[in-house]
Amino acid sequence: MHKVVARAQLSPNVTRLDVIAPRIAQIRQPGQFVIVHRAEGAERIPLTIADANPAAGTIVLVIQSVGKSTRELVALEPGRAIAGIAGPLGHPTELIASGRALCIGGGVGTAVVHPIAQGLQRRGVAVVSVIGGRSKEWVIFEAELRRLGEVQVCTDDGSYGRHGFVTDAAKDALAAGGIDIVYAVGPVPMMRAVVNLTKPLGVRTIVSLNPVMVDGTGMCGGCRVGVGGQTLFACVDGPEFDGHLVDFDLLMDRLSTYRDFEQQALAACQEGACKIGLK
Amino acid sequence: MPAKPSTKQRLQIDRQKMTEQDPLVRNANFDEVNLGLPEKVALLEAERCLLCRDPKCISGCPVMVNIPRFIEMLWQGNLPEAAQCLLHDNALPSITGRVCPQETQCEIECIRGNKGLPVAIGYLERYVGDWAHGQKDQQSLKVAPSTGKKVAVVGSGPGGLTAAGELAKCGHAVTVFEALHKPGGVLVYGIPEFRLPKKIVEAEVARLEQSGVKIVCNTVIGRTYTVQELRDQFDAVFIANGAGLPVFMNVAGENFKGVYSANEYLTRVNLMAAYQFPRADTPVLKGQRVATVGGGNVAMDSARTAKRLGAESSMIVYRRTRKEMPARAEEIHHAEEEGLQFEFLVAPIEVIGNDKKWVAGLKCVRMNLGEPDSSGRARPIVIPGSEFVIPCDVVVVAIGTRANPLLTATCPDLKLNKWGNIIVDEKGMTSLPGVFAGGDIVRGAATVILAMGDGKRAAKAMDDYLSGKA
Repeated sequence: MHKVVARAQLSPNVTRLDVIAPRIAQIRQPGQFVIVHRAEGAERIPLTIADANPAAGTIVLVIQSVGKSTRELVALEPGRAIAGIAGPLGHPTELIASGRALCIGGGVGTAVVHPIAQGLQRRGVAVVSVIGGRSKEWVIFEAELRRLGEVQVCTDDGSYGRHGFVTDAAKDALAAGGIDIVYAVGPVPMMRAVVNLTKPLGVRTIVSLNPVMVDGTGMCGGCRVGVGGQTLFACVDGPEFDGHLVDFDLLMDRLSTYRDFEQQALAACQEGACKIGLK
Repeated sequence: MPAKPSTKQRLQIDRQKMTEQDPLVRNANFDEVNLGLPEKVALLEAERCLLCRDPKCISGCPVMVNIPRFIEMLWQGNLPEAAQCLLHDNALPSITGRVCPQETQCEIECIRGNKGLPVAIGYLERYVGDWAHGQKDQQSLKVAPSTGKKVAVVGSGPGGLTAAGELAKCGHAVTVFEALHKPGGVLVYGIPEFRLPKKIVEAEVARLEQSGVKIVCNTVIGRTYTVQELRDQFDAVFIANGAGLPVFMNVAGENFKGVYSANEYLTRVNLMAAYQFPRADTPVLKGQRVATVGGGNVAMDSARTAKRLGAESSMIVYRRTRKEMPARAEEIHHAEEEGLQFEFLVAPIEVIGNDKKWVAGLKCVRMNLGEPDSSGRARPIVIPGSEFVIPCDVVVVAIGTRANPLLTATCPDLKLNKWGNIIVDEKGMTSLPGVFAGGDIVRGAATVILAMGDGKRAAKAMDDYLSGKA
């Protein structure tokens, strides 16, 4: 069992849970994820380890509430526990040894970018972060990233920071030159837009993919993604890949597989089958 | 005790039939197909055993169960002794009694098969195993005094559980590491409820825990801990982490929505209980027309699962003929009874999708059988111009697995063959002293009982190793 020690609402639909997982806190590396199994009957959910405190034995999970499973997870109050957390899974991020990196985070993806920026900063790489959200209240992990380097915030409605998409700010940062590598994590359209910017410039771009997973150990093959014309498993071959090679259309399409089921699960929930306090 | 019948009397008894759920009822539920033998029938079947002085059945069993002895004890009505005899050789009798291919192992060796039908050894094993689960004094194995040695077992599938049981019996402190959230490996994620109820697996696992075996779930060796870390903390290690990665057909359209590996399809339904959705949270696509590619037990399990999920048509697509199918005879028979269709001598060449990229069909070619290939089975040859489309909305690919590199990639000293399987010596020891391996990670995809045989053999070798005999 993994006790929740702290919970914080980061944006209207993003919640941070600090959870006891000493072994994972001790050995996790940037880019790795865990499979969270809240309780018997629950789904197994892959979540990137956003941060960790080895001394306290805790890891940080940042969860966007979308369906029943994620809503039930973020409803866990401090003191409650998650039945199982397996990991750390996946390959650690390919971190450059020196130079200047542009880290782009969109929405909840900003939490995934955070450990990458952490890893880069520890190696002495200069980190420039471009993060964004719909409006001010949707921007997360700004303070954490500011500790690691320069941060530019963008909002779609201009309510905070630069008015526009993260890709607009990224374009300027790339035009200014001196960027050795780009790390981009966010909604699929955002990652695709970033890749479309960096590809003509020949700037290496790493993206983190979040396809549907079940076991997370390579056993089921549900998380297959197209990379450079090959089918790979995000859980064991990724979750990070060379963005210039990723088939984003396939990713987007496969992510829609269970949309009807998600609606059905939520509907069943609202009829009173569960008590997660839907907002 | 009843009077001992003569051989002649024994020979007059016909093989007893397993009571089964009606095929047209069971193909709509997930309850167990085989209902078990009533006591009287079990005793009658036991009486059929000729108690051969030189029994051949034992050598047919990968874990060498003393078959005539447990059957004799059963016939005498001495169930405690029958159970102890069985458990002495096989820590998981309720499982093997259900899923072993007895017809190619113990029963094929049975002398009664020379003229008529062999003794139904599997049915009797199941009977005794299940009986023991209901008895308070049969809830743990006989364990030797503690040796003070610590052993790690990687994987809680049939190989790992068997090794754990054997090592615990020897008095070693055993810790089993399981990657998933529930112990049992393929017994819980792969084999469906209707063939092996999960409560049976739970009961067998509980017996091991009662016997002192510690099981740690959600721990991925190769990620959470490396093999080297286990070597540092334990006196010996047994690796039985299974086969792992599913093989796909490598044809166009294979990533359309609605194409599953059998591993994913079965894991969703079995481990995650997707057949109970939305009561369970994990969904599965319930096709109206499901095509399952492959001819093994996993293919049968998938296709029979599809039927139970409500498919109007569930079809097996296999590139050879029924005769070459690797599935157990009983599974094929049950599948036919349940109304599954079979397309033999057919190989898929493309998955067809609709405009929304959902599966709409499976394009196939027809095959002829040619000369035997390296596996000894006739090689299928494409008939030119024979393309046709099987309309379907879900495709399940059950054509095998390849070695999962998660563990081995983080243990470079472990010698592997060209397929990535771990190389072991005749005792089951790997290239690393004190590290043993068995089951699918050594053999490639095999069976539950072969993995159990490996677990038992390796446990013996590990016990020798730990006591300095090897």
